Amino acid sequence: MKLPVKMTINGQSYSHEVEPRLLLVHYIRETVGLTGTHVGCDTSQCGACTILMDGQAVKSCTFFAVQTDGANIMTIEGLAKDGELHPIQQGFWEKHGLQCGFCTPGMIMSVYQMLERYPKPSEELIRHQLEGNLCRCTGYHNIVKAIEWAAEHMPAKK
Amino acid sequence: MYPAAFEYHAPGSVKEALGLLGKHKDDAKLLAGGHSLIPMMKLRLAQPKHLIDLRKVPGLSGIKQDGNVLSIGAMTTHWQVESSALVKSKLAVMSEVAGLIGDPAVRNRGTVGGSIAHADPAADWPAAMIALGAEMVCEGAKGRRTVKVDDWLKGLMSTAVGEDEILVEIRVPVLPASSGAAYLKFPHPASRFAVVGVAAAVTLDGKGMCAKASVGVTGAGTKAVRAKGVEAGCAGKKLDAAAIEAAASKAAEGVDVQADLQGSVEYKSHLCRVFAKRALTEAVKRAGG
Repeated sequence: MKLPVKMTINGQSYSHEVEPRLLLVHYIRETVGLTGTHVGCDTSQCGACTILMDGQAVKSCTFFAVQTDGANIMTIEGLAKDGELHPIQQGFWEKHGLQCGFCTPGMIMSVYQMLERYPKPSEELIRHQLEGNLCRCTGYHNIVKAIEWAAEHMPAKK
Repeated sequence: MYPAAFEYHAPGSVKEALGLLGKHKDDAKLLAGGHSLIPMMKLRLAQPKHLIDLRKVPGLSGIKQDGNVLSIGAMTTHWQVESSALVKSKLAVMSEVAGLIGDPAVRNRGTVGGSIAHADPAADWPAAMIALGAEMVCEGAKGRRTVKVDDWLKGLMSTAVGEDEILVEIRVPVLPASSGAAYLKFPHPASRFAVVGVAAAVTLDGKGMCAKASVGVTGAGTKAVRAKGVEAGCAGKKLDAAAIEAAASKAAEGVDVQADLQGSVEYKSHLCRVFAKRALTEAVKRAGG
């Protein structure tokens, strides 16, 4: 039996009827059509599917869409404003924080939460906080540099 | 991956949830944060016909102090424990344990009660709960009952919770004066589960001798266990490096160590001893010894 779900994604409201077993990541990618959120390991480890739900970074492969009825979601598509990259995206650009780019959307959404919780992270803290995002290309070194760049360029909190 | 089809329920009270549980019995599973159950459903290791989501049940989330006990609602997330000012001030080791679970995204969703009820053999909380002497509060149709941690873990992913009950609260006593506690683990590189993890809580007497040592070991066997040999080895002793080494040498005794992809029985037994030594050393240091 399908159930109604309603949620806000990147400021836009969506309503659909979905099977309870539909995973949130598939809802986002296939029902809503936002394919920036990736499916990597599909076992809650790699973090490629990371999105923000009500301000918290979560793995959208480990949710049923019906659980998120009423939620406020932000995906990688919600970061850039008016064609201008978010400082975290710019940091990955400036410091070459990616190679193939598959893990990057999830990385960036995790970093979004990281810099909210820890605006001036040490390298050690960055590496600990990135444990849920696996990258098989970069060796993480430039990702850490990208995050340090982003931390320096984030707009001051009001 | 697509789990088997199921019917989804989101009850608004414990009573309503218990009603659904009573109606669907073995065909039903309770859903908390979902970070153990949903991966199992995706692999079809679990195929419940009815999923009872507790997210709308009020009163199951949050941390408060109740005398010398920290009361943790079963739906409290690991991140809530990790970031709680109350936990940091009253029982900081709980915050540290929470901060070592999985990764930040997992901690945002995974719950203390879910972990304790799921009883994964490599989960972090069970070792900590053993060392801290926690109690689990279960609610059923007839009311609430409390189960001590030593009676809680029955076997591989098996606990004392009744099939018609819901774990609603975890009660963790605050450590007395001159006490220290630590949890250290050897994490799996991808999942961050404990290949072996040891939690130790030590209380010293007026002369700096060990008045009480409480030690839990997770990861190595089919369930987390109390390391009774280590505890006995500590009791009444001045816990210097040699005494800790001697006590920790008993850490794999009583553990049904399982060989798996992470290591042989010999290797994991060795990790038990190494991490018992490190956890005890840190706990004693924190106790002021």
